[in-house]
Amino acid sequence: MSHKLDFEKPIFELEEKIQGLRQFAEDNDLDLSAEVRKLEDKVSELRRETFSGLSAWDCVRLARHPGRPTTLDFIDGIFDDFMELKGDRAYSDDPAMVGGLALLDGVPVTVLGHQKGRDTLENIRRNFGMPHPEGYRKALRLMQQAEKFGRPVVTFIDTAGAYCGLGAEERGQGHAIASNLIAMAGLKVPVISVVIGEGGSGGALGIGVADRVAMLSSAVYSVISPEGLSSILWKDATKASEAAAVMKMTARDIEALGVIDAIIEEPLGGAHRHQAETVEAAGKWIKQTLGELRAMPLETLLEARYDKYRGMGQYEG
Amino acid sequence: MKLDFLKRKKWVRLELSNQDVKEAAALREAAGLKQSLSTPAVKPEVNSGEVKTAQNVTAAPKAPGPDEAACPGCGAIHSKQRWERSFKVCDQCGKHGRINSKERVAHLVDQGTFSPIAKEVTSIDPLAFPGYKEKLDKAMIQSEAGDAVLTVTGRINGIPAALFIMEPDFMMGSLGSAAGERITRLIETAIENRLPVIGFCASGGARMQEGILSLMQMAKTSAALGRLSAEGLPYIAVLTDPTTGGVTASYAMLGDVILAEPGALIGFAGQRVIEQTIRQSLPDGFQRAEFLVEKGFVDRIVHRAEMKAVLAKLLRLHGFAPALAEAAATVSATTTDTAVNLQGGEAHVS
Repeated sequence: MSHKLDFEKPIFELEEKIQGLRQFAEDNDLDLSAEVRKLEDKVSELRRETFSGLSAWDCVRLARHPGRPTTLDFIDGIFDDFMELKGDRAYSDDPAMVGGLALLDGVPVTVLGHQKGRDTLENIRRNFGMPHPEGYRKALRLMQQAEKFGRPVVTFIDTAGAYCGLGAEERGQGHAIASNLIAMAGLKVPVISVVIGEGGSGGALGIGVADRVAMLSSAVYSVISPEGLSSILWKDATKASEAAAVMKMTARDIEALGVIDAIIEEPLGGAHRHQAETVEAAGKWIKQTLGELRAMPLETLLEARYDKYRGMGQYEG
Repeated sequence: MKLDFLKRKKWVRLELSNQDVKEAAALREAAGLKQSLSTPAVKPEVNSGEVKTAQNVTAAPKAPGPDEAACPGCGAIHSKQRWERSFKVCDQCGKHGRINSKERVAHLVDQGTFSPIAKEVTSIDPLAFPGYKEKLDKAMIQSEAGDAVLTVTGRINGIPAALFIMEPDFMMGSLGSAAGERITRLIETAIENRLPVIGFCASGGARMQEGILSLMQMAKTSAALGRLSAEGLPYIAVLTDPTTGGVTASYAMLGDVILAEPGALIGFAGQRVIEQTIRQSLPDGFQRAEFLVEKGFVDRIVHRAEMKAVLAKLLRLHGFAPALAEAAATVSATTTDTAVNLQGGEAHVS
């Protein structure tokens, strides 16, 4: 693991120590199991301590960790027979957004999400998971097809935000996201979203209006990046950690504000060190939730979706 | 890449044909108005062949006196009275200055027909965000709107409509929970009363001090517009300077018809953010209203002086008619020295 976060270092050190002790015991044919067990208890305790006391900024860094499972990892791990579909039928395909058809427990669904690269080359090709308008229009096309064929929609959110560039503006980034918001609010099939990493503002919400929304336990969701907030508020982009805290962007904060329906717990140590278990936990929640939604009459489902967003916000009067 | 369309096009007048002007004038005449649509005070100079814009007019160094106002575009000095009378449109360069929701209502809504909706809805500080309460208090003093959007029903040349008008004087029109709730209640009122919705957008984007709750206002207002649309009721969006961020990525771009004021900055990302991302400066005219017409995201540009007539015409084209019996009594000229008493909920001309 090349990418270590500072709060992980004591855990890694202890783990290396245990590894070393085991190796030493094996090489010298000694029984050090009692010592090893003691250290293992210690590392478990340390993990629990570390991961129950994560700051908002720790979560931001975990959410951005390059070792986290990406949308395609969740699709591969949860669904069968995935077939990717491409293009917005207007301008181009956008590799920062992936989508297609798949089976979930034998039921055809439409699945889509932001796609970050797993290495530098792929990240460049996928624009670090920041879609252009074409990405949102492809998502809209796939969602409208889902509606036509009565397929539920599952989306995975993982983006720093919609891309901010000349072409994105020229081709209507705002219009593309807005079109998805209004379409998803009224989509006549069940919609489920999971924030698996970064939920960056409008670019995240653009595929995130859903009957049920969950966040992985160290994912984040915010109206602006902590760096952005810090530079606007304090004219200083280095105070991002403080900005992350005041913005209330962790899964626990977002749940407390009534914006998401569930938190999917990552194993202690984080999704980047436990990919398969994380994907499995998400799969379990998606299957159970989809079962509940499919049992609801369409009218009830749409009414409940409207009421849910209708009730969001805190104000006086 | 150099975009020179601003110079190429006679942008202020281009979008309104003679036919439109005649019709609009006839409409106003029918309502008993003498004032012509294109008053000399606001008619831009387009005869010279080259339209002056904020970009190519050198700022005058002179500072305005106590009874004067400087054009934010070219710096030309106007008497305050003339500046107000022209709805803050510069007769030198055509620049549309920012006007607040109160001025906008006085300009657009027939005298005595305006009634506020959801005025009681105001912002709180749900995240206990540092400094937010103080900012809200200050904004409350700076603007009478009570939040970043003013929501009213009223008549436009006799035609009943529901209007939301974003308030640049209230934290730069930023969209928070209260503004989202006001707009949603207005849309629901429109559905109940079968009214068309007209929305004047002016916003720096979602209000970051309310965090994720602000982001969710984009979904909430869009969902309400979805219901309006399903009811077959029209929504006309009017984009004014500036319309950016989360507002652009939601209701600003969802109009059945999208109008814009000349020269308005309209975009998803802020210009500084884009420049930082692409590490080069932006071409002239980028993200201006004229650019969005060219790229296909805005239907037409409407000069402020023509706005009321164009809106009335659009409403008629959607099958809405003046409430006839009272039309003559309620329609009045949008003359100079208008004032609106927002507290009392009544518009009056003094």
